[in-house]
Amino acid sequence: MNDYQYDNQTVKLFIFSSIVWGVIGILAGVWVSIQMWNPAFQIPPYFTFGRLRVVHTNILAFGLVLGTLMGMFYYIVMRLCKIPLIFPKLARLTLYLFNIGIFLGLVTLLSGKTQALEYAEFEWPIDIAVVILWVIFATVIFGTIIKRKEQQMYISLWFMIATIIVIAVIYVVNNLSIPVGLLKSYHLFAGLNSANVQWWYGHNAVGAELTMAVLALFYYFLPKSTGLPIYSHRLSIVAFWSLVFAYMWTGAHHLIYSPIPDWIQTTAIAFTLFLIAPSWGSVVNGYYTISSDWSKMRTNYLTKFFLLAIVFYGLQTLQGPIQGLRTVNQLIKYTDWVPGHVHMGVMGWDALVLVAAIYYVIPKLYRTEIYSIKIANTHFWLVVIGQLIFSITMWVAGIQQGVMWQATSPDGSLMYTFSESVSASIPFWKMRTLGGIIFTVGMLFFIYNIYMTVRKAKKPATVSLEIQEVKA
Amino acid sequence: MKRGIYSKPVLFAVVAAVVILIGTIVVVFIPMLTPQMHVKLENLKPYTALQLAGRDVYMSEGCHYCHTQTVRPLKAEVMRYGEFSKAGEFAYDHPFLWGTKRTGPDLARIGGKYPDAWHYAHLENSRNFFPDSNMPSYAWLKNNRLNPAQIERSMRALGFPYTAEEIAALDGKTQMDALVAYLQVIGTAVTARAIAPKIDVAPEDKNPFAGDPKFIAKGKTLYDVHCLMCHGVDGKGVAGLAPSVADNIWLDKEGDVTDGVIYIITANGTTAGMEIAGRTAKGGMPPFGAAMSRQEIWALVTYMRSLQK
Repeated sequence: MNDYQYDNQTVKLFIFSSIVWGVIGILAGVWVSIQMWNPAFQIPPYFTFGRLRVVHTNILAFGLVLGTLMGMFYYIVMRLCKIPLIFPKLARLTLYLFNIGIFLGLVTLLSGKTQALEYAEFEWPIDIAVVILWVIFATVIFGTIIKRKEQQMYISLWFMIATIIVIAVIYVVNNLSIPVGLLKSYHLFAGLNSANVQWWYGHNAVGAELTMAVLALFYYFLPKSTGLPIYSHRLSIVAFWSLVFAYMWTGAHHLIYSPIPDWIQTTAIAFTLFLIAPSWGSVVNGYYTISSDWSKMRTNYLTKFFLLAIVFYGLQTLQGPIQGLRTVNQLIKYTDWVPGHVHMGVMGWDALVLVAAIYYVIPKLYRTEIYSIKIANTHFWLVVIGQLIFSITMWVAGIQQGVMWQATSPDGSLMYTFSESVSASIPFWKMRTLGGIIFTVGMLFFIYNIYMTVRKAKKPATVSLEIQEVKA
Repeated sequence: MKRGIYSKPVLFAVVAAVVILIGTIVVVFIPMLTPQMHVKLENLKPYTALQLAGRDVYMSEGCHYCHTQTVRPLKAEVMRYGEFSKAGEFAYDHPFLWGTKRTGPDLARIGGKYPDAWHYAHLENSRNFFPDSNMPSYAWLKNNRLNPAQIERSMRALGFPYTAEEIAALDGKTQMDALVAYLQVIGTAVTARAIAPKIDVAPEDKNPFAGDPKFIAKGKTLYDVHCLMCHGVDGKGVAGLAPSVADNIWLDKEGDVTDGVIYIITANGTTAGMEIAGRTAKGGMPPFGAAMSRQEIWALVTYMRSLQK
């Protein structure tokens, strides 16, 4: 048997702990969505909107997504390098560090200990732990790649290397701060620089974690689970380099019409428009891979996850640059359009790739089949419908807010007060909660399916699994 | 070469790092060294200890997730909020708190817009002012005492000037007091110039629109936007916040005043100690001279007169 004594246990535990964090993060999301239209739904001070929103974003971005990605990176790197992880004990250490870090993050954020920088809210002691975690993680991944038995590095490895480098650079720079207590610090940068550094970080955190890393998974699991080869190797080379080059210039498109110097804004907008090309390089590559054999949509239940994921990725990366245009930006900025945009990306693209990867990996690791394809299909349709309700209602609400804020009467005065725009948004916020609940139910179907798969597998295969674990 | 780099991971990582760093250096690191990223308005002062403590509360409660602090240079935005944000307003902001979403209104020009009493009442229950407001109640901030030692450490770390008395005065103050102090200073480096007193009307000046129904209607619209929040529906006043404008008690003294005096109070606010029409103002009301035109203020006076019948 061609088993290289892979460290599957670490991969499994990363996936399981990410799912636990995912449940917490998603429920926090549903909760804040209710608070938007019913402010009585607060338990001060810990569970007020201002704190729960941060829990929602951080626990999902770091607990669910980053955790799954770390587990999947370990899984992929062993298989693409055809050797086990070179430091399996360090890999296991990253699992513990990761979970301790997320737990402390959750507790401190609920306690209002925050750096007040979006996606960089964790206070400085947790940041130091994250840096240590990342150095160990990079050591394991790079070490394994260097010692590999397969000469060529497959595309997924390129994206993994880029992800690790980008996150290392942006995380360290943006978290530079002046500590004034165990859980209190101030951003080292002030005013304009604080804003410019933060959004360079914020945008590239999304770029690395939710784009490059997820593309690494996409390029690996799409051919693996469907058996279809990637459409064009050359296209992936061009798309990779132009993506990692252009991404880093675009952070200031979050700061259009702000007091940041105009040339930084305009440069960011120009590169943002350029990003359509590399993004759609991957879209074309993914779509044509699947379209080479449409019968896979019928015979393999995972194909549709990848197909819709890449379609949403394509829409996302087209919508993003359009939002960067000043004329569009002035209408939709600061409105609910933006959460609508973000959630198409995370619920439509990232979540679909991650769950498809887990659906593929878990039965492989337990040497079994998925418990129920029917449940997986139900899960699929629920999360797609939930996501569409979420995004579309927020786009409509966002345009309505933008228009109401700008509308003027014939005499030149403003037509609506701000509170009128709030009142007009309430029905949309309620619909968004409905979309969120449908998505959550879909994810519960997914978790049940994974749980039953593991349970079903454990019974007959106990003996062989234990042997495998001892060896690992 | 192509084959080379994809089978040499170290070289690949180095090339990738260089490619990634080019954009970073141009749009993030180089600007840091240029003066245009370090401008400071003349009026801008470092935060006082109480204001900084309030800013800490603002950050820890995540106010910036629902309120922005940048007015964009767009017509409607300047009309709604005031002067657009300047680069030189933020030199002491560690970190910046511009925000990304307006679930509530922008706060870049909130400083001095309402009296302190309004903020206390609004933080406690915003729905008393805006029935559909979705802001949580922050009444519980009144129960949390400040920690002067912690704030002193912060002031020292940020290099802001402070005195021992200033720190001692924090003792007994609550997070609510601090938050209100912070809200009242936001944007004032710019508005300090914009809302200079403008007395272009004398107490004996006649209201050009007196009794005109068209201007009563216009005045009501303006009243509902600018005045209703403190002076209540139909000018009846709000207990503990602001007096009635429908009776004939002005600045705590019974007896009518001229339209010109009402104009002056509306335009200039009531700075404590100010003498007008033989009455002494106790302070509290912010000036509205910058927010409205001359014609609009007269329309407002016309409307207030119509309430007194």
